[in-house]
Amino acid sequence: MAAAEDTTTREVPRRQSVELFAHEALSKRLLLSPTVLLVVLLSIVPLIFSGYLALSRFRFVKGGFEIKFLGLDNFEKLIVGSQQRRFIGDLGQTPWWAWAGLAAFVAVQALLAVRAVRASRRRILAGATRFVVLAVTTVLALLVVRTLTGGGIPGTLVVTLVFVALGVALQYVLGLGLAMVASQQLRGRRLFRTVFLIPMIITPVGAAFLFRMVTDTGKGPLAPVWDLIFGDSAYTWIDDPWPARIAIVLADTWQWTPFMFIILLAAVESLPPGLNEAAKVDGARAWSLFWYVTFPQLVPVSLTLVLIRSIEAFKIVDLPQVLTGGGPGTATESLSLHALLEWRTVNLGGSAALSYVLLFVTTFVALLIVNYGRRRAVARYG
Amino acid sequence: MNARARSRERGPLGLSPRARAGAYAVLVAWAVVVLFPVYWMATTSFKTPLDVNAGPVYVPGVDYEASTEAWDYIVNEEPQTARAFLNTVIVGVVSSLLTLLLAAAASYGLSRLEYRPRLASVAAFIGGIAVAVAAAFAGLAWQLGILLGLAFFAASVATWSRRFEARLSNDDIAFWLISQRILPPIAIVLPLYVFFQQLGLLDTRQALIITYVGANLPIAIWLLRDFFAGIPVHLEEAAAVDGASRLQTLRYVVLPAAVPGLVATFLFILVFAWNEFIIASVLTAADAQTMPMLVVAQNATRGPQWWNMSVLILIMSVPVVLMAGVLERFIARGLLVGAVKG
Repeated sequence: MAAAEDTTTREVPRRQSVELFAHEALSKRLLLSPTVLLVVLLSIVPLIFSGYLALSRFRFVKGGFEIKFLGLDNFEKLIVGSQQRRFIGDLGQTPWWAWAGLAAFVAVQALLAVRAVRASRRRILAGATRFVVLAVTTVLALLVVRTLTGGGIPGTLVVTLVFVALGVALQYVLGLGLAMVASQQLRGRRLFRTVFLIPMIITPVGAAFLFRMVTDTGKGPLAPVWDLIFGDSAYTWIDDPWPARIAIVLADTWQWTPFMFIILLAAVESLPPGLNEAAKVDGARAWSLFWYVTFPQLVPVSLTLVLIRSIEAFKIVDLPQVLTGGGPGTATESLSLHALLEWRTVNLGGSAALSYVLLFVTTFVALLIVNYGRRRAVARYG
Repeated sequence: MNARARSRERGPLGLSPRARAGAYAVLVAWAVVVLFPVYWMATTSFKTPLDVNAGPVYVPGVDYEASTEAWDYIVNEEPQTARAFLNTVIVGVVSSLLTLLLAAAASYGLSRLEYRPRLASVAAFIGGIAVAVAAAFAGLAWQLGILLGLAFFAASVATWSRRFEARLSNDDIAFWLISQRILPPIAIVLPLYVFFQQLGLLDTRQALIITYVGANLPIAIWLLRDFFAGIPVHLEEAAAVDGASRLQTLRYVVLPAAVPGLVATFLFILVFAWNEFIIASVLTAADAQTMPMLVVAQNATRGPQWWNMSVLILIMSVPVVLMAGVLERFIARGLLVGAVKG
């Protein structure tokens, strides 16, 4: 088995201090510089350009365009100005239990932060980092709780967080379960594996239209079922905020579970068989075998996967655009879609500001997963 | 018969008949979830507008008559289909091959050689770009902006950046490259539009190919780096003793050993490039438009043309599904993704 061999050779040192080849310095540059140049040209330069755009107003005028520097006006508009209801949403009459939950969450986070800072050597740096993390987490949690309870209306920021959290969790659980089953010695498993990849291969806009077709309450295949439940009242889930959001999460799950599945399957199959067999000989049952032997070994790769999928999920735009157009109202409008719609109305500065907010939030969440999840998991299980 | 004897009978990895039935039930259930929408799309492609609008009909030949009207329209009458399909194939395949080439070189370098760039030089470089962009916004010619940026870079490298000793490691570089995937396409699409407009490359396949290479490099490097790290070094040492150069070793020793990883990575990035919509819709119009744009174009003033859409999605998906089926054995072996080590 190639996979088993690879895991045994992983212990070989990755880099060599002794120069093995002639012209090492030259080949070093040749290998990496085209990639770095291209990424700088296609990502870093546009990013700086967009950064400037986010701080200004862009207008097409006769024979070209005009850019006026505004400072933080575009961001101000999102948080307290004309875009506030769309971006942040309406705060609800938050019930006491939600406040209590929020307070408990923040208290636990603060306690953990204090303990971590006390234990660290460079207290000032650690304290500053933890404080920033705590502040941002608290603000995000406050927004989530206040707009989702007591009749509040979530804005595009919270809607995006909901899509990411629900979608990635569902995809991970389904992908892991399917990978465990498909890794068993079963006939025809290769056929199943190929079939399971199909949703990922269909273009996202196509998958979105496909889902609209299948879930249509009047002409879709489930129309008789809808009629049975709602009678002839012509119910459509598109008009109801939560069903519309759930539909988008389900469509996203249909499309991206294969990604989790195929990589987790590769990881399960490359596990050294020794531990598993030893536990079996000792008479471990299937569930405890999974929970105490297999799953701990999968934690590091799982966190990498959750990281990658979260990064992609934050950019969700095709699905809500096609399935619901962001509606009803802005109930299913993701940050990316919000930015796209602003772009369509030629509010390019506002669109760039939204992109930057999305960039900050995604980077923040990604760093959280890397620093507090992945490192700890690698230290414990790796 | 006790439990141990039973387990010996079915081998160490065998399942009891009940567990086997359960496993098949799970696999079949998910296969139905996956395939039902595809079945619906396939049948819709053989429906007439009348069949679709009258409410759901399920099986051709039973509750409606199959019609090839939509297929005929898309394949024979719609003038854009052939061109869009050709564009998708060329852009997808060429950009994925280029990405693979660059990513293989970069991830090989990152897994075998040691890079120690100074943090200060990197900061100076980014500062130089910022100066160039600011100059361009201030209304100077872009050539002058680039000169100013270069001057800033040279001056800061020569003066203050020498004093800071901090250096970056390979892991930092890899993390930086992979983190580019965080960028939402909408954030970079306007600058890219202006960039390609200046080069006169709007609505060309070249513009799409260049952009997709840049967009796919991070994910390809992420997938390939761990794969290269898992290839034993002694093969390369043998080549070095025989007097091969680094690049020759890469070409004749390492790449052949990495075929499963390369194939799996190729499939992944091909799917992204094949299906991308947002960037294509901004950078191209009639000449270089790709299949996803044609799919969306079926949602025109008369409402979504489900039958035409189904035909287009089928046409563009079938080649990749077939390819994935043929290459399935490489996918499982090729995705080691930091395998168990993370």
